[in-house]
This record gives sequence, structure tokens and C-alpha cells, in this order.
Amino acid sequence: MPSTYSAFQLFKEGLKGHTGWAPAWQDADPKPSYDALVIGGGGHGLATAYYLARNHGLKRVGLVEKGWIGGGNTGRNTTVIRSNYFYPESVALYDFALKLYEGLSRELNYNIMFSQRGIAVVAHSELEMEMAARITNAMQINGTDAELLNRKQVLERAPLLNQNDDARFPIFGGIWQGRAGVARHDAVAWGYARAADKLGVDIIQNCEVTGFLVENGRCSGVETTRGEIRAGTTGMAVAGNSSVLSAMAGFELPVRSFALQAMVTEPVKPCLDTVLLYMGTGTYLSQSDKGELVIGGGLDRIPSYGQRGNPPLQEEILSGLLEMFPAFGQLKLLRQWAGIVDVVPDSSPVIGPTPLPGLYINGGWGTGGFKAIPAGGWLLAHLMANEEHHEISRPFDLDRFARGRLIDEAAGAAIAH
Amino acid sequence: MQRFSCPFCGPRDETEFFYGGEAGNERPEPAENISPVRWAQYLHMEKNEKGRAREIWVHLTCGEFFVMERDTVTHEIFKTEAFHGERT
Repeated sequence: MPSTYSAFQLFKEGLKGHTGWAPAWQDADPKPSYDALVIGGGGHGLATAYYLARNHGLKRVGLVEKGWIGGGNTGRNTTVIRSNYFYPESVALYDFALKLYEGLSRELNYNIMFSQRGIAVVAHSELEMEMAARITNAMQINGTDAELLNRKQVLERAPLLNQNDDARFPIFGGIWQGRAGVARHDAVAWGYARAADKLGVDIIQNCEVTGFLVENGRCSGVETTRGEIRAGTTGMAVAGNSSVLSAMAGFELPVRSFALQAMVTEPVKPCLDTVLLYMGTGTYLSQSDKGELVIGGGLDRIPSYGQRGNPPLQEEILSGLLEMFPAFGQLKLLRQWAGIVDVVPDSSPVIGPTPLPGLYINGGWGTGGFKAIPAGGWLLAHLMANEEHHEISRPFDLDRFARGRLIDEAAGAAIAH
Repeated sequence: MQRFSCPFCGPRDETEFFYGGEAGNERPEPAENISPVRWAQYLHMEKNEKGRAREIWVHLTCGEFFVMERDTVTHEIFKTEAFHGERT
């Protein structure tokens, strides 16, 4: 049993030369059956397993992961957490996640290093300021924090921004969400894994799902590379590969897979203490605790399952960066990578039952799954345990496509999708 | 920078091309007999193949649509051919 992490424990272990730390979670072997089985060992899957045990008291919970936990999109994102969305359904979802994030280090007894340094979305004309005001108002009405910034307030927050009068994208002002921030993404996966393991969840790595067991028209478990695993209820949280699993289960999803890339520069001294996004370039960035600038932008243009970025978009993102911060042109790029994301027509996730009874889905997060991890896990656990929607997940059901009730955040929120 | 081969113009930079959807997704007719579920399937549902896929692309500079077969993991291109409004 791993110990509770505390300053006292750290001191005690320090005296013993740090020889007494137990592994944070056990690498379990699959059992023949579970009450609830989660497919996918990313943040959403691990959070689902944790909340199945914590919120619903399930004792026999298993989680299968084809590689290692947190090795997919959870470890490939740019770690931004925010809830600056336009529609009430979206703010309810992402602000629920943000609230859970605010208490997560304490809840999991694991420091996820959540730093609420705020995000500024910068507008470049009077017309964009109108859009910014509209989104700010919508966010406030939907019950999350939002503030409209003028040019001076933007420059106070990020003095290195391009202030030239002849800038291609001049700064008029922006949207500020002060509760937004960044967190250590690996720690979110590891923290949930450790807390779930403590509650008796089996975390089974290197175990790839190869098919679904279907009895009397209902999903009764999965076939894996490590044998058959039966389950009372099954949930999939495998964004990036959602269509691959849904094809095994015999249905299609409104999902296209694209690479979303990110990159970091060499580390430098602290020079940016907020998250910054330009409406004009779509490039956004923050500075990590190590001093690296973490940079992201839009999706690659070509549907892909290849987990690597494409040079044309990399060039676009970096030219955006140099427009925003001319001084950063001196920096060298240290690493560049990509994750495969589920892109859905309305840029909103898919959470709910699937056409195969007994199988539930959490996916379709597009470019923004990391920020939603605690909520995604909470809601999928609720669906699996109760076999019905939580009120927050109801609007995100797959049925919205046939009902025409899309939640079109691509058109609503002024952020890159 | 990858190069795709337009059946009309030859090999060009990938930035000249735009993805148009999966090949063989035929519009269901007649409209009055189509259920919302079937219509949603036509509009939004995807096979989203991992591996070999058959897709419709448009070469933006010449404006022609064509069919491209490629691997969505390795990005290897097998074939491009003119699009004649194919039926599945």
C-alpha cells in the first residue's frame, strides 16, 4: 500500500535515503471478469476508473491500456486548462472540470502543479473586440469568470508582445479568464492512477482490445491481446482511436482523426507568466516551470493517424509566434511532436451510450481533451454505474447529430479548434 | 512537405490540396423518404479508416476533384485518379 504523500513523509524518507517509497500503483494482470471495465489508460480513462470506485463504490473495476498509461494524448498536449466557451452546455462541462481541477491535488494526494495563471485571448480590431465582448458576456451569463481587457491590460500581462504600430495583428484588447492555467499533464494521469489503485482498481498495461464480446445484443466484455475479460459495464475513453474501437463494436462515429502538434523551445528565464492566444494567428503559448515555451496551434490539414506533426502547419504556428513575440525569434526549438485527436463536426465531445448496449463512450474531444479530464471521467463513471446520463453529459449524447442539436463551439468560441 | 499527385497537374505540394471526405458516401435519395438518423449518418458519420483509405480530395489551384488512396498511418500514397462521381 503506497503511503500518503506529505512533507513529514518526505522528511522521514529523506532520513532513510529515500529507500522506502512504494510504487505509486501496481501493474496488474487481467482478471477474467470485472463489474466495470474501462478501455484506455489516458487521463479520461484513469479518472473514470477512479470515480467508479470513489463515487459509485464499485469494488471490481479494471482498466486496460494498449501501451503505458498517459502515453497518448494525455502526455502530448500543451497542458492548458480553461473553460472560456460560448454555449451554456460547454461552460457547464468545462467549468465542472476546472472546479474539479482546482481541488485535484488535495483530492488525489498528488501534486498536479495546477497553476492558475490565467489565459488572455487577444483581439486585433474593433470588430474582434465586439466578438470578444460577446464571448465575455456569454461566459459571465453562463456562470464562469471572464473579463474584457483593453490594450493596456493585455500589455501589462505580457509586456514582450509585439507593440509595433505596424504589427500585422495589432493588439486592441482581449478576453481574460483568470482561473484558467496549466498543470503537469503526466501528474494528472499518475495521480488518478495512484488514487484509483488505492481504491482497488486494476490498471492493466500492454493489453490491447481486439474485439468486443456481445451476448444477447449487449456488450459483455472485451477480447484483448491478454485474453478475454468479461464486464458488467464497459466504457471507452480512447480519443485518437475512437473510430477504430467503434468499428470493432459495429458502429460509426462522427469523428475524423487529425494530428495536433505542439513544440517547445529551449528553456529560458521566466518571461511569460500567463497563457496567451492570438485570435489572428491561432498560435498560443505558455512557459513551463522548466522555462521552455510550450507552443501550440491549429490542426494539421490532412486526416491522419500518424503521431507526428506536418511541416507546413509547424511553419504556420511558428510564424504566428514570431508575429506575437518577435524577441522569441532568437530561441531554438527543442522538441516537436503530435497527438492524434478526434475531430467532431461541432467541436464538442461525444459522451453517452453507444449503439451497442452496455458500452459507453467518452471521446471526440478534438483539440481540448486534457482540460476536461476530471469531468470526462466523472461523467463516464456516472453513465457506466447508473446506465443513464448525468445532466451535464446529456447534451453531448451521440443522438444530437440526428436531432440537429449540435453544440457548435467551432463557430462560438474564439479559440483555435 | 509531402507531395500529392493531381491526376491533371502532376505532383504538387500538399498545401495546394484540401480533403473533401470519404469516397463512396453517396447522398441518400429521395430526400422525403430519408430518416433523420440516415441523414445524420450521411452528413456526419465517418469510417475514419486507420490504414488504407479511399478519399476524395480537391486540388485547389486547378479546382478538380479526384480520388486518392493512401495510408492514414504512414501517409504512403497508393493511387490518385480522376473522380467520375463513383457509385459504391
